[in-house]
Amino acid sequence: MCLREEGLARVEQIRVIRGFRVIRQFNSGRWRGRFGQWALVGLIPLSAACGNADGAREVEIRFWAMGAEGEQVAKLVPQFERENPGIRVRVQQIPWTAAHEKLLTAHVGKSTPDVAQLGNTWIPEFEALGALRALGTLIETSSVIDQESFFPGIWATNVVDDTVYGIPWYVDTRVLFYRKDLLAQAGWREMPTTWADWRRAMEDIKRTVGKDRWAIFLPTNEWAQPAILGMQAGSPILKDGGRWGAFSDPEFMRALEFYLGLYRDGLAPVYGNTDVANLFQEFERGLFVFYITGPWNIGEFGRRLPDELQDDWATAPLPGPTGPASGLSTAGGSSLVLFRESEHPDEAWKFIEFMSRPEIQVRFYQLTGDLPPRLEAWEDTVLSRNDKARAFREQLDRVQPVPLVPEIELIMAKLIEYAEQSIRGGVPPADAMRRLDAEVNTILEKRRWMLERRIARAAP
Amino acid sequence: MKAVTIERQVARAGWLFLAPALILIGLFFFLPAAAALVLSITDFDIYALADIDNARVVGISNYARAIDHPLFWTALKNTFYFALGCGPLTVLVALIAALLVNAPLTRFRTFFRTAYFIPFVTTLVAVAIVWRYLYHAEYGLLNYALTTVGLDPVNWLGDPTWAMPAIILMAVWKNFGYYMLIFIAGLQAIPRELYEAAELDGASAWKRFIHVTVPHLGPSLVFVGVVVMIGYFQLFAEPYVMTQGGPLRSTTSLVLLMYEEGFRWWRMGFAAAIAFVLFVIILIWTLIQRRLEARLA
Repeated sequence: MCLREEGLARVEQIRVIRGFRVIRQFNSGRWRGRFGQWALVGLIPLSAACGNADGAREVEIRFWAMGAEGEQVAKLVPQFERENPGIRVRVQQIPWTAAHEKLLTAHVGKSTPDVAQLGNTWIPEFEALGALRALGTLIETSSVIDQESFFPGIWATNVVDDTVYGIPWYVDTRVLFYRKDLLAQAGWREMPTTWADWRRAMEDIKRTVGKDRWAIFLPTNEWAQPAILGMQAGSPILKDGGRWGAFSDPEFMRALEFYLGLYRDGLAPVYGNTDVANLFQEFERGLFVFYITGPWNIGEFGRRLPDELQDDWATAPLPGPTGPASGLSTAGGSSLVLFRESEHPDEAWKFIEFMSRPEIQVRFYQLTGDLPPRLEAWEDTVLSRNDKARAFREQLDRVQPVPLVPEIELIMAKLIEYAEQSIRGGVPPADAMRRLDAEVNTILEKRRWMLERRIARAAP
Repeated sequence: MKAVTIERQVARAGWLFLAPALILIGLFFFLPAAAALVLSITDFDIYALADIDNARVVGISNYARAIDHPLFWTALKNTFYFALGCGPLTVLVALIAALLVNAPLTRFRTFFRTAYFIPFVTTLVAVAIVWRYLYHAEYGLLNYALTTVGLDPVNWLGDPTWAMPAIILMAVWKNFGYYMLIFIAGLQAIPRELYEAAELDGASAWKRFIHVTVPHLGPSLVFVGVVVMIGYFQLFAEPYVMTQGGPLRSTTSLVLLMYEEGFRWWRMGFAAAIAFVLFVIILIWTLIQRRLEARLA
């Protein structure tokens, strides 16, 4: 446990000096005796631990990473430390479920790390908090990072009001994972690309697999699926610069109709993602044929499904209402951000640059299965050889972020909450979406007030 | 004259001795509570966190919004469902267990006492994981038992009608051991002679229970009743770990809602308002309960 900043070390020194003074008093006064001596012994390790901090001029940057990434990224750190003597990286792994709360509390408690992985839907929120450092000038002078080498849809998620706050670390979008054999069994040699054909294929599948199996698994507690379908149907999700909800508008209603129809007509089971005990076993058993999910499952499916099934499953870009071009998907993923409170932004930026190098991104892909956001990294043979990753490459040209407002996570949580009322509770979709919009508009009231105030202040 | 000075000195000493405790309570209880009350009349949120200029005093509109919000009522209903379902059940099970363990005929008394108490001291998260297995819709032990006796399996944690009963069952199992100990202590304080006298008078076991045991257990009953209900109105950890408030919000309690609003979405003003509503509910409930039970005991 060594002390991070010199300032802190100094405070600690003063404490130690004071401690010695107290001990001297102990020893000279009436407390002289065994107690004072023990106290002295107790202080020795403390002063030894402080020796390092003022000795070598070593900078330690703190890096928070979530889930599997946090586990794997530690393997890349030694190389960075070799290339940059004098900089040490302390990786702290945070579970995804606690990440958001922990980052917020860290910001309030002024104990944010130097660098962190941030889900890119969180960037607007932390920008609104004033927690992030703008990266414009750092990017301009960088020889490693430039906007053109990243997928544009992904880069866009890091820009708030024309200012860049994060560098994409890996991309996460959703594509279709499906059982080729079961699709063929239902008479479809090729993966359909329009909603109408897709729906027909699902009906054919349902007829061949029978009562206890389904065509598609759409977890009733995941918002990504209805949101993606909505964007495909042309819904902006929020309208008028993120001021009002657009869920009860015809575009979104059309997507919701398609989505709910899959449950209503028995093509999708009414299951949440905790209701399926072992996704991989069930996929193997053929409980469902289609599953909309993200890149981490390429690796998982590869590892957990038996060898004989490996040729029978595939990935495909999402179908769209009017064919491939309308088959949008989300522009998700994580970015690396610098915190404003960081005392070592230059060293931390070097770390971000290191993580953004194409060859490091390929190694990171090999470690985690996370897809690189840089176009060059995709030309590498490891990635281009993987036929299961190809669908993602194609999909990444057709990604669109959800509206970049701080409230988006809450709004998306509300979306699935209200959609679930229609899925399970039989609430008419029009009613559910009208009430959703009403609630979303209340949530956005603060944002509208702040936007109006900003406009009023800008006006002379 | 002299007496007055001494009295004053005694009073001063008294305050001095009280001071540490008063300061602690003031600093860590009243101050935060007062701050929360102030918070509850503002719209303090994530924007205000960045710049306090972004917070507005909104008066009672947080409370109005809570009353207006269907989710608040769902949470309130769930909280009462849980407290009223789980509270009496816990007391009943604890009492029965105490009577059984304390019965003169019981063997391995220490073993049973320890075994029933163990769930209470086990970490909830560990317990919840095991119970999730028991409740599992397809592979759970409970459904296996149901199907062997010819009943239909139940999707315990996945079905909105069954999720709360499932949580109640687990909470009773987890908590009754502690209250059982309190009842055992109460039972052991009842003089044996009373039972012997009653037996000589020809009182049946049931009569002895009603006329000897229950009146003497009065204070324990009041205490357990109040503590159980206060604890259960603050239901949080069980649904947080087991169901995250789902499915269809059927296990979202007031505290869970408050936690979500406050620490997940950082809408502190609204969360503080929920906290005060809960405070008032518990206060009223405890007053009613004390009056009722004082009459009984």
